[in-house]
Amino acid sequence: MKNKKIKLLLGDEAVALGAIDAGISGIYGYPGTPSTEIITFVQRSKKAKEKKIRSAWSVNEKTSMEEALGMSFAGKRAMVTMKHVGLNVAADAFVNSAISGVNGGLVIAVADDPSMHSSQNEQDSRFYGKFAMIPVLEPSTQQEAYDLTRYAFDLSEKVKLPVMMRLTTRLAHSRSGIKTFEAREQNRLDAPTESSRFILMPSNARGRYRSLIDAQSNLVEISATSGNNTFFEGEDKSLGVIAFGIAYTYLMDSFKGKPNPYPTLKINQYPLPNNMVKKIFDECEKVLILEEGYPIYEELLRNNIDLDANDNIKGRLSGDLPRTGELNTDLVAKGLGLDVVPEEELPEIVENRPPAMCVGCGHRDLYDELNELTKEIGDRKVFADIGCYTLGALPPYEAIDTCIDMGASITMAIGAADAGIFPAIAVIGDSTFTHSGITGLLDAVNEKANITVLISDNYTTAMTGGQSTAATGRIAEICRGVGVEEDHLKLIVPLKKFMKENVDIIRNEVNYNGVSVIIAQRECVKFYKKM
Amino acid sequence: MQDNIILAGVGGQGILSIAAALAMGALNRGLNVKQSEVHGMSQRGGAVQSHIRISDKEIYSVLIPRGQANAIIGVEPMEALRYMPFLNKNGYMVTSIEPYKIPNYPDIDKLKEELNSFGNTILINAGKIAKKAGNKKAANMVVLGAASPFLSLEDDIIVEGIKTIFGAKGERIVNLNLDAFNMGKEFALNYTSL
Repeated sequence: MKNKKIKLLLGDEAVALGAIDAGISGIYGYPGTPSTEIITFVQRSKKAKEKKIRSAWSVNEKTSMEEALGMSFAGKRAMVTMKHVGLNVAADAFVNSAISGVNGGLVIAVADDPSMHSSQNEQDSRFYGKFAMIPVLEPSTQQEAYDLTRYAFDLSEKVKLPVMMRLTTRLAHSRSGIKTFEAREQNRLDAPTESSRFILMPSNARGRYRSLIDAQSNLVEISATSGNNTFFEGEDKSLGVIAFGIAYTYLMDSFKGKPNPYPTLKINQYPLPNNMVKKIFDECEKVLILEEGYPIYEELLRNNIDLDANDNIKGRLSGDLPRTGELNTDLVAKGLGLDVVPEEELPEIVENRPPAMCVGCGHRDLYDELNELTKEIGDRKVFADIGCYTLGALPPYEAIDTCIDMGASITMAIGAADAGIFPAIAVIGDSTFTHSGITGLLDAVNEKANITVLISDNYTTAMTGGQSTAATGRIAEICRGVGVEEDHLKLIVPLKKFMKENVDIIRNEVNYNGVSVIIAQRECVKFYKKM
Repeated sequence: MQDNIILAGVGGQGILSIAAALAMGALNRGLNVKQSEVHGMSQRGGAVQSHIRISDKEIYSVLIPRGQANAIIGVEPMEALRYMPFLNKNGYMVTSIEPYKIPNYPDIDKLKEELNSFGNTILINAGKIAKKAGNKKAANMVVLGAASPFLSLEDDIIVEGIKTIFGAKGERIVNLNLDAFNMGKEFALNYTSL
């Protein structure tokens, strides 16, 4: 029974409310666009507060995945959230949670970013779901995101496996009216009395892996009967369409209000229901495959030995749709061979407006200081990291040489210094440092790497909207604990009035042959609120 | 009824408040709504847009196809022009003419010329008018008001939406935004050219 009142929610928020109403006891995660708003919604929710749902940010995706698994072990329902590249960080725990299985329902909500609006790649998390051999749900709409979240917890508890909820940017960051269910109670504490399946030593793991494989045919059966994958009959069998997730909405808009003439398989649950897929291939001359992300299933359904034998499959690999980037109605309509308004060039006077660091941002002054020093020392390499300060790559700063993944600044600087680069300077934010920088710093200390680490500490996780950080006010303490020498652990305040002395400090530490850490502390101009 | 509207501006100019006013108003009346937002890196001082679709029928995609928007509402003129390919031939381009500059910002007269070349164009000094209403930050409500005569969504629905989204901030803020909306609307109804 659904409530009458309609709420206007982002896809992310629909998942969050779905999880609250499904009876979670905790939600874990690390901020990352486009997944952040799932947890921020729970943190602001009065209902979640009343139900005492824990929702604090974790240090990174791996710790959050394991924390959620621990809650599931104890018999309660847990959700863990991250962006697609965060799943790389959590992958060890993620893949192995499929081997152990779960106790209380465990749902991993992962938000992918096709077109890389705020990311360094557009990897497709469905690959990970398939790799771990777990069920994956991919809603087409915000309402489905809400409904499928409840279903995901039910399914997880039924098959005793973690379930992935896969979102993409456009769904995560769009609003729609949502009808909700009555919230249900949380599970009681119910840890397993016999827990060998959670002890993944080889003798146990082999058996568990076997059962995971044996469970697959059941998962396919469930996909075919759950009602989440739907076959729509169509008159015109010259073409069939398999539309995954949000791609279904673009398909339906392509006909401009007229009915869809083609047999269509709408997919919202994996593994694929083989019988439904077979039906569409049997019935239709050609099949158009619409995937928001990588052409994973298009590739699997093709003849991969005789590539010329794939005339009947249209999609991203055939060239009927672009190989990269998110889909939209115009692209899908074109793929269907329908008329679309042709792409026209923008008037020349429309200039790009790239993102930029805010006026009054401390990162700006830090880069000014670094660039001032560069004038003296000439060549230097700056290994930066993921955060607002990545924007230091753009004019007028052009201050950084690399940005690869969370924490790679310090570790790449180590390798580059090992290879003979001097000066090798790392720039990393406070939240990224606690996420994945501390371990790298320990490597640096252990090998006395000749690097200088600038931790640009703004007391918040700014790029994703100002979430709390894991060690506000304790960064220096952590560096000391890791073994950075007191004489080479410096605090500066990146302000114009301290420019000269700050440049002197950076110069001295760059010239020190060993590990130096300079913590540049200035609160984020946009998000930091005095506690 | 159906509205396909593209909102354009720069991060911080209140694009999402326009979207929220339209969406809440429509939702209160039982209409279907879909609305896209921009979060994350691209939002940091960059171009921001929102697609908003309102209909009494089912809406599938949140994104408006090229050539199917019936209005572009801009709080920044170059940003409004950026979405021109989405505008329907019979659609309206309603934008503030006050620039949010970047180093290579185009000549404002050329920009006006491009915007006016469209035909159904309304250019408005939204910040200036908002200041008269009490705060130049209400420029977003001025352009919304200026666009309101050209939307299928009735005015009282939008007004209700404005009251809903600003309600928590008190009566003064609600009235300021309503004044801004009405001044924008007045301007559009008497518009000749700018």
